[in-house]
Amino acid sequence: MPIDLAFIWAAIIAFGVLAYVVMDGFDLGVGILFPLFPDKKDRDVMMNSVAPVWDGNETWLVLGGGGLLAVFPLAYATILPALYMPLIAMLLGLIFRGVAFEYRWRTKRWERVWDVAFAGGSIVAGFCQGIALGALVQGIPVVDRAYAGGWWDWLTPFSIATGLALLIGYTLLGSTWLVMKTEGELARRARHLAQRLAFLTVIAMGVFSLWTPWLRPLYLDRWFGFPTAMFSVIVPLLVLGSLYLIVKGLKSGKDVQPFLASLGLFILGYAGIGISFYPYIVPTSLTIWDAAAPPESLSFLLVGALVLVPIILAYTGYAYWVFRGKVRHEDGYH
Amino acid sequence: MDVSALLLSRIQFAFTVSFHIIFPAFTVGLAAWLTFLEALRLATGRPLYRRLFDFWLHIFAIAFGLGVVTGIVMAFQFGTNWSELSLRTGPVQGPLLGYESFTAFALEASFFGVMMFGRRRVPTWFYLFACAMVTLGTSLSSFWIMVNNSWMQWPVGYEMDANGIFVPTDWFAIIFSPVVWVRFPHMVLAAYVTTAFCVAATGAWYLIEKRLHAEGVEMIRMGLGLAAVLVPLQILFGHLTGDYVHDRQPAKFAAIEGRWENEKPAAEVLFAIPDEATEANRYAISIPYLGSVIGSMSLTSEEVGLKSFPPDQRPPVAIPFFAFRIMVGCGLVMLALAWFGTWTTHRRLLPQRRWLIWCIFLSFPLGLIATLTGWFTAEVGRQPWAVYGVLRTAEAATPSLTAREVGVSLVIFALIYGTIAVAGIAYVHRLLRRGPEPDPQTMDPQLNPKRPLGLAAGGPAASSNPAE
Repeated sequence: MPIDLAFIWAAIIAFGVLAYVVMDGFDLGVGILFPLFPDKKDRDVMMNSVAPVWDGNETWLVLGGGGLLAVFPLAYATILPALYMPLIAMLLGLIFRGVAFEYRWRTKRWERVWDVAFAGGSIVAGFCQGIALGALVQGIPVVDRAYAGGWWDWLTPFSIATGLALLIGYTLLGSTWLVMKTEGELARRARHLAQRLAFLTVIAMGVFSLWTPWLRPLYLDRWFGFPTAMFSVIVPLLVLGSLYLIVKGLKSGKDVQPFLASLGLFILGYAGIGISFYPYIVPTSLTIWDAAAPPESLSFLLVGALVLVPIILAYTGYAYWVFRGKVRHEDGYH
Repeated sequence: MDVSALLLSRIQFAFTVSFHIIFPAFTVGLAAWLTFLEALRLATGRPLYRRLFDFWLHIFAIAFGLGVVTGIVMAFQFGTNWSELSLRTGPVQGPLLGYESFTAFALEASFFGVMMFGRRRVPTWFYLFACAMVTLGTSLSSFWIMVNNSWMQWPVGYEMDANGIFVPTDWFAIIFSPVVWVRFPHMVLAAYVTTAFCVAATGAWYLIEKRLHAEGVEMIRMGLGLAAVLVPLQILFGHLTGDYVHDRQPAKFAAIEGRWENEKPAAEVLFAIPDEATEANRYAISIPYLGSVIGSMSLTSEEVGLKSFPPDQRPPVAIPFFAFRIMVGCGLVMLALAWFGTWTTHRRLLPQRRWLIWCIFLSFPLGLIATLTGWFTAEVGRQPWAVYGVLRTAEAATPSLTAREVGVSLVIFALIYGTIAVAGIAYVHRLLRRGPEPDPQTMDPQLNPKRPLGLAAGGPAASSNPAE
């Protein structure tokens, strides 16, 4: 049996996007939470807690986006035009929050402005990513290898709902990150928030799960047909288990556990979406084999991925290790 | 896709990529310089190097952050605005950009965090290693971008399948294309020279304001000293780049030269106003024979003119023609400044030549201007092709886009980039104005305020031996 390069690459890209979602998820979440923490010192600590790693987190977006161009060019060339407006808005949001990391420390008078840019940029980016996800799940029409829909197709109640759901999920990641990385009053407030956000996230996941199957017959079949229906039973149980771990961790002062369990929630939700539309990469127009680049491209980049991705993971892990532990106000180079 | 949507997409891409390239052009060189400073400090123990490092690290951070966020935009614009290009050349260009992500982005970003925030958390040697890794990452990023762009200039190692998809057949030919190996050094040298002049100009600023003498002199000495070696090298690689354009992109070469007719031997147009309507130059100043010498190192060679190409295969003439001349002009001014400035510094005559200090100060944008105009020459000169000779720019755009959509996004890009540019310039200016932290112990005779610039040559050896 020949090696199914398209399948291997689908797995790698899926991993890259997941890595992006959870890693930039928590630092976007910290930005989204900014309005709830008006105190300057708290904001300094919040920003410093993600400052050393946000750059690296965002490179996974390029890895996912650029990787899509390399290995599924047809998907790249149809999804991106279909999502033109939310993606451009997301990029501009990322720009604002990205420059805020540097600009905020360079001015007293405009500090509040960059606080707003940091929070606003994070909110816009997170919301637009959710909209993009929703628009992808509801399907993108493709005719003659080009996007065949309209300018506003991405804007539906469902995509707005996924946008809000992802925002809530990101704030959960952000608040549990703060629980793990900060101390004192800031950590106490983050703990308080995280508990509510955990329930809200699970509710959002529930709404998403009840809504999705009715979008397309394929999803309905996946959710209630054998054997994938097994997941429809197992995943909700695991979600509730994660929720329990988050709440218990928050109560018992295990500061790392809520963050890890929140990551678990994201992985479960992500897996559920994947199961819904695999093997489509552009539901329900293109499968991974329709969209795959020629084998010459897939194999050439696969060599690099197999060698380099483990190295990337190793030094990314090391960078996180260097900045382990609680962040204090006097940390940071500014 | 209608014509105006195509034009707006081109403007949007040109605007966003021009804005973006400013920051890598600066950070590629600055990362290398910071690594060098850190290594020097470890080797010599001079606190001056640490102060310079800490100072430039802040500038680097701003430029790096702007480079990252404006770079992510580029990774998506291929798909949003150039979906046909993505679809058809994605199998070639995608893996090259993929290797950029794998080898460069994660590397520079992860170690950038260590570089900015980790000095107290890692061993000394590892901190130097982190600086070196950031430098390596920024250089690797340039490398893959140059491989990619060079393939668009001179596509090799592919076959086109029945659907018009570019299928790579020979990755070795793509990556080791001779075009890559003149253009990649040309770009890296451009980045180093850009940085060198920004550093030297900052030093000159302090000397003009009669403060921070030791730091200012050291910046001028290091900046111009590096430029004195690299600018000639850059001119050599510029010439080699010109050779490939001459041999492989004759229409671009003719546009750069402002040559309309085939000429034998060919003259070199120094200045003119090219007029596409009449297919001739106005107010031309030319030197006979020099065109053949530059094109083919010969006094008799025939050089091709634009009229040899059908009008729909010619690039717009004015932009490559003028951009090239601005680039070369900047290069020559930088060469003069670097050599004369280094000689003057070496002879310790800099304090007497305030006009020279002013010239060095005013030279700060020359490297950036040369880099940008060089890219304008390369990219506009490639038109009307996205992939030279094979895929037209007009066929590369996203078919479903309309002028209104691109118009809206372009206006928003312009507003937001304008905002972050104004703020960025203000904050960098503020940092530069403040300057490096003053030396806590003013035991260094160089810092004696009564004898400013007394030791223009600087350096540890000179510090015990006053200039007079």
